[in-house]
Amino acid sequence: MRIIFLIIGLFAATIASAQETVVSELSQDGVSITATFNGSEIFLFGAIKRDAPVNASAGKLDIIIEVSGPPTETLVRQKERKVIIWVNSQSVVMKRAPSYYTIAATGPLEELLTESERSLRNLGLDYAVRVANPEDEEFRAALIRIHQKNGIYATEITPVTLTEDTLFTTKLAMPVNVVEGEYTVKTMLVRDRRVISISTSTITVRKTGIEKWIYDLAQEQAFIYGLLSLAVALLAGWTASEVFRRIRG
Amino acid sequence: MQIYLPIAEMSVNIFLLIGLGGLVGILSGMFGVGGGFLMTPLLFFIGIPPAVAVATEANQIVASSFSGVLAHVKKQTVDFKMGTVLLVGGVIGAAFGVQVFKYLKEIGQVDLLITLSYVVFLGMIGTLMFIESLGAIRRSKKKMPPRKAKRHNWIHGLPLKMRFRTSNLYISAIPPFVIGIMVGVLAAIMGVGGGFIMVPAMIYVLGMPTKVVVGTSLFQIIFVTAFTTMMHATQNFTVDAVLALLLLIGGVVGAQIGTRIGVKMKAEQLRILLAIMVLGVCLKLGLDLVLTPTELFSIGTGGH
Repeated sequence: MRIIFLIIGLFAATIASAQETVVSELSQDGVSITATFNGSEIFLFGAIKRDAPVNASAGKLDIIIEVSGPPTETLVRQKERKVIIWVNSQSVVMKRAPSYYTIAATGPLEELLTESERSLRNLGLDYAVRVANPEDEEFRAALIRIHQKNGIYATEITPVTLTEDTLFTTKLAMPVNVVEGEYTVKTMLVRDRRVISISTSTITVRKTGIEKWIYDLAQEQAFIYGLLSLAVALLAGWTASEVFRRIRG
Repeated sequence: MQIYLPIAEMSVNIFLLIGLGGLVGILSGMFGVGGGFLMTPLLFFIGIPPAVAVATEANQIVASSFSGVLAHVKKQTVDFKMGTVLLVGGVIGAAFGVQVFKYLKEIGQVDLLITLSYVVFLGMIGTLMFIESLGAIRRSKKKMPPRKAKRHNWIHGLPLKMRFRTSNLYISAIPPFVIGIMVGVLAAIMGVGGGFIMVPAMIYVLGMPTKVVVGTSLFQIIFVTAFTTMMHATQNFTVDAVLALLLLIGGVVGAQIGTRIGVKMKAEQLRILLAIMVLGVCLKLGLDLVLTPTELFSIGTGGH
């Protein structure tokens, strides 16, 4: 028995010594939504750290980067024809649909990972967006379709440039309609269709400056915000009437 | 140049908004209408969420009607007493309208309610105006005198009579109160001032003299839309101050240009043009309801 344990121990040690880990860094870890905000682009770059040279027989090396926006409870409604007009009828709530989703990788996910690995890690839109009831598949597909049309779910895999199986870089696009919150960036190192190392970082999306001030005021001090909106309107109305009275008179 | 709207949470071209404000301003100056019933559907067409469009438009109308009423106060063409009765009704109607709006927003039918209200009211007003101005053009060709509004009708049988000096009327307070309520509900649901309903009602139902009608209606609209703005801001959080400001800038300038164009055109021609435009917007909204949409699903706002 002891010998068996010793062999297993030694074997584990050799694997550990040939271990590869992934490190990654973002060009910026925050996105500020300002008055002129029109989307943003973030560079991700990284490297693969190795304790020992890799065995030549090791499988193909790949990188997968998953960016997923804060999950929100999302309601999807279906229109139905009532008499002659189209009316919202049935609706389904999706408990945790990501508010943003994109994958950057060195190839198509189906080729890079085994099916069980993808489902285990919820990778790709077909796993990341789920419905409780399989009958609601139509609603799930609609949510993905609408989000893809609005640009907050990516339709294609963003390419990742991998240099000499060591350095990699990619460009992540944040569209103009991103919501506020913490975006999780998971960089995965794949060897032989299995994930062997993960590095996680976050991008914080926040309204800043006047946008933040207006939004917070509208949410938290709604009464004062309403009064201020009215004051601005009355002032503008008065100014307009005075200015044009002088021009005419 | 794009600008991010903090409440609508979308990026829109700043010149598009000022341009829209200007266009509607020109029309409102030409036709002497508030323009809300054209602006709100235009905001839907450029992708502003209907709930935000309605609430923000109410805020913008406060500005344009305040600007307009100042001139009428100087000319003493505002019946403050009548305006007050109308606005008491208006505030009650608006309070009710915002509650309906809030409830329908929760069950996901608010867009339908807004669109349906527009189709019904624009259809009615457009058709009436079209027929009326066609008749007016025909009469002016035959040199016939215009029909007179009836001065004595069922209105005079109602209790609670009040004297309205500026309008030179002694009538029951109930009809203006009821008209006020109706306009208030419309203001809250459709994001309009309601002048296009109130002005004909004041002339044909109450029998008010034409010269005080516009000033009095503007006076009532300021308060009702101000109240609606407050209700939407505190209950639905859908007033976008940045959007309102941009529309305003275009609106006030456009209104002045429009007034000058309006002076040069004949009243009947103006009205028939306006009627055609109203019917056009109505048709577009109506078709959207009836034709099979390309996307049957939508992502709701009531989920959280």
